[in-house]
Amino acid sequence: MQDSIVRLEGASKAFATPEGGSVTALDAIDLQVRRNEFLTLLGPSGCGKTTLLQAISGFVELDGGRILIDGEDMTDRPPYRRPVNTVFQNYALFPHMTVGENTAYALEVAGVAKAKRREQVAAALKMVGLEGMEGRRPRQLSGGQQQRVALARAIIARPKLLLLDEPLSALDKNLRQAMQIELKTLQHELGISFIFVTHDQQEALTMSDRVAVLSGGRIQQLDTPRAIYDRPVNSFVATFIGASNLFEGRIDGDRLMTSDGTEIRYRRTPSTTSGAATALIRPEQFFLADAGEPSPTLDVDLEAIVFVGSTFELFGRTPAGRKIVAEIPAGRRSLIGEIERTRRARLAYDPAAVHLIQPCAEA
Amino acid sequence: MSIAIRRRVQLVVLLGPVSLFLAVFFLGPLAIMMVTSFLAPGLYGGVEWTFYPHNFGRILGFADPMFEDFDPVYIAIFLRSVKIAALTVLAALLVCYPAAFCIARLSERWKNFCLFLITLPFFTSLIVRLFVWVLILRQTGLVNEMLLSTGMIARPLDLIYTDGAIILGMVYVFIPFMFMPVYASVEKLDWTLVRASLDLGAGPIRTFWRIILPLTAPGIVGGAIIVFIPALGNFVVPAILGGAKVMMLGNLIEQQFLAARNWPFGSALAMMVMSVMLVLLLVYVFASGRRGADAALNR
Ligand SMILES: Nc1ncnc2c1ncn2[C@@H]1O[C@H](COP(=O)(O)OP(=O)(O)OP(=O)(O)O)[C@@H](O)[C@H]1O
Ligand SMILES: [Mg+2]
Repeated sequence: MQDSIVRLEGASKAFATPEGGSVTALDAIDLQVRRNEFLTLLGPSGCGKTTLLQAISGFVELDGGRILIDGEDMTDRPPYRRPVNTVFQNYALFPHMTVGENTAYALEVAGVAKAKRREQVAAALKMVGLEGMEGRRPRQLSGGQQQRVALARAIIARPKLLLLDEPLSALDKNLRQAMQIELKTLQHELGISFIFVTHDQQEALTMSDRVAVLSGGRIQQLDTPRAIYDRPVNSFVATFIGASNLFEGRIDGDRLMTSDGTEIRYRRTPSTTSGAATALIRPEQFFLADAGEPSPTLDVDLEAIVFVGSTFELFGRTPAGRKIVAEIPAGRRSLIGEIERTRRARLAYDPAAVHLIQPCAEA
Repeated sequence: MSIAIRRRVQLVVLLGPVSLFLAVFFLGPLAIMMVTSFLAPGLYGGVEWTFYPHNFGRILGFADPMFEDFDPVYIAIFLRSVKIAALTVLAALLVCYPAAFCIARLSERWKNFCLFLITLPFFTSLIVRLFVWVLILRQTGLVNEMLLSTGMIARPLDLIYTDGAIILGMVYVFIPFMFMPVYASVEKLDWTLVRASLDLGAGPIRTFWRIILPLTAPGIVGGAIIVFIPALGNFVVPAILGGAKVMMLGNLIEQQFLAARNWPFGSALAMMVMSVMLVLLLVYVFASGRRGADAALNR
């Protein structure tokens, strides 16, 4: 038994543009999705997320490469013969069928007997919290309820893999958060692998076992949410996920010197090489230095300070003119007052928390 | 003046002209026809003002008022007219339905161009266009000449003056009426639903029967009605392409008014055709009304 449920090997796809050129939607993608995994595809608009899902579900024919699902080559199989189901962004419920008929569709197609079907539909609807709604029409449901029907319909035949293309993007914020939790629970209960597409990095970080960050038809990084946040492999990933302060420069012992003379200290590891590198400091890793602070510091001129509830966001510039953003816990009111008066701040950081992005790691 | 009264006045002013027009030019003639159908035919045309229900008896096949000879010749004509109209609907549908899918997939510019092409026949006279079909189908016509010259046949085929020729002509005449409603519903079809069906494991054929056909059914039913009704009463096409051999309801009625000068019987026939259509329309309105109410509920 293989431990990956889906394997893409060198999956490539280019689309012809009306102007006569072509767009690379998938650039030789290698990807393995593990059994029982919640994998999220995250990336800017047009980076190929939908294309990747459709390649797996069979609606996009690859130019090159292979797709294996549970060890079987699916590359040339039509969508209706792949053990994969999709939750579409606009739900795509059949308007001429009731909720029950919609949910039962995959079973009906597979030739499951009517009594058994009814039983399974009831169970699936119960699972998504829509007990007893079999007789309703899709139009009689709210957006969130329609979403649940789409979910029930897609899981009822127990696919080996469930694909979800921005399933929550049409919902309002509260419902979205509730559904995030439900989806996660459902995935756990079913034991099916999910591939989930989202624009929302918060959603990606909270829900996923692993996140694949895509850009330009390539997977930039595939790792756990924490690793992606703490140790991005390149500056694209670092800026795409969360706010960041990036310092490009040259490695010099245990410090990094930028061309404008800023010095960033970090802790060396055995893998640290020499030469060019980029240091990443997340805004929340800065703290306000008291007098006699042993940690390394950066002096900034204050440009703006914004109260966002639990924290203050502090925007400033180094003497060399480099923009810095820092997040200061709201508890330190007295220090904040001082900074607002003097318009200057001394920001300290822990060298161990500085992440070094080295070019050799970049694709 | 209260709002309700003002509304009512507005309504009367707006609907007044059209109501008047319909009353004078539609309901009036209809009433005259209804009365006429119960009168006796005059000896030299015209009517005799006596109550004479036998026109309807004649339609049912009783050749004289005594209900003795039974010969359902008019019922037979009615049935063959229904058959030809139904076949016309079917053939027009077979042409228009696939075409609608092809055209719906074109780019905006080509779409509009194709729609323009479909309305193009309206710009020339129907009679002229039908006579072109005569030229094509007759014994010395285009098709026969071509087949003869290639040696595929030894004697000219009987193409014209057959049921087939009538159906061909009718399909030709009514294609735009079938195409428009069918196209409207095909174009509206949401293809993500088709994808969803394929994704859930239904093959192309099942997806067609379960998803595509039900969702485009309103256009098919609408087109069928719009074609069936005029096809049933059409007399131009059978007159030109059917020759004297093929009698249809339309010709029969035309004949009663113009040649036999039996207005009461012609009126009775027309009343019968109209009542059949009315029943069909009512069935449709009732069915779609229920669907409409359903849809309104589901909104
Ligand atoms: N059918 C198509 N024909 C031509 N180009 C296409 C087609 N589908 C996608 N593309 C192009 O391929 C690229 C990737 O598209 P894709 O839909 O996969 O992006 P995405 O990551 O899903 O974006 P979004 O987040 O906006 O949904 C885009 O540049 C897009 O313009
Ligand atoms: Mg997309």
